[in-house]
Amino acid sequence: MAEFIAMDGYWMYVWPSFGLTLVALIWMIAAPWLRLRRLLR
Amino acid sequence: MNWSWFHKLGSPPHLYRIAGGLVPWFGWTALVLVLGGLYGGLWLAPPDYQMGDGFRIIYVHVPSAWMSMAAYAFLAVSAAIGLVWRIKLAELAARNAAPLGAVFTALTLATGSLWGKPMWGTWWEWDARMTSELVLLFLYLGYIALHDAFPERRTGARASAVLALVGVVNLPIIHYSVEWWHSLHQPATITKFGAPSIDTEMLVPLLLMATGFTAWFATALLMRLRVAVVEHERGAAWVRALGVRNG
Repeated sequence: MAEFIAMDGYWMYVWPSFGLTLVALIWMIAAPWLRLRRLLR
Repeated sequence: MNWSWFHKLGSPPHLYRIAGGLVPWFGWTALVLVLGGLYGGLWLAPPDYQMGDGFRIIYVHVPSAWMSMAAYAFLAVSAAIGLVWRIKLAELAARNAAPLGAVFTALTLATGSLWGKPMWGTWWEWDARMTSELVLLFLYLGYIALHDAFPERRTGARASAVLALVGVVNLPIIHYSVEWWHSLHQPATITKFGAPSIDTEMLVPLLLMATGFTAWFATALLMRLRVAVVEHERGAAWVRALGVRNG
């Protein structure tokens, strides 16, 4: 597991890349969802 | 063929309902594909013989880059349809694809930077591939700014559609930049003639991520279209029936 997290020593490049992507993908769905929910309230 | 479903899309309440019905289908497909791609890409795929585990950034960088261009192509086609046939749905689709495309483009630049630092020794280089992708980001932002700069929405849609069409010239520049100019960036691996020069165990998660990102884009776009029709139709009887107050 520690080996997986370390990513051959590239952890400080690999994980931020995946983290940023995750944040962006969630924003794409969450932003319109929250907006519609606010409108329909 | 019965085209009435298509004509109904021109009617805001039908668009709202049909898009709402499609969202869960695209949404769950997107989630399953992306989770499968993440599992395959981070866990199952073997490390690269040169880059070790650092190559795994490919699974977010390349699908984002493809989507940054696919979203622009979609935006430009929608804007053109809106410009020529004055179809409101096409104008809405173009405007709502823009922020999604801009985010994919920003993501491409950020993950590319994070990949470039350990592999090339630099966060950024003003070479053709990176510069043309940065221009794509500015095209998206310029399109959005121009679209929203007019008090009358449809005037903005027409003006910005022209900008969107002129910007299409950037797409082949991005794609062929690594062949036309010397670049740090490697040439195409998947979309070249002949077999892709990548191992199947590495390729499958990449294709899962790419299709997953496409479905993700479709889901987000449909959700944004629903918000847009509700906002534009405020005060209409069907919107009030949803419980949205006027103004």
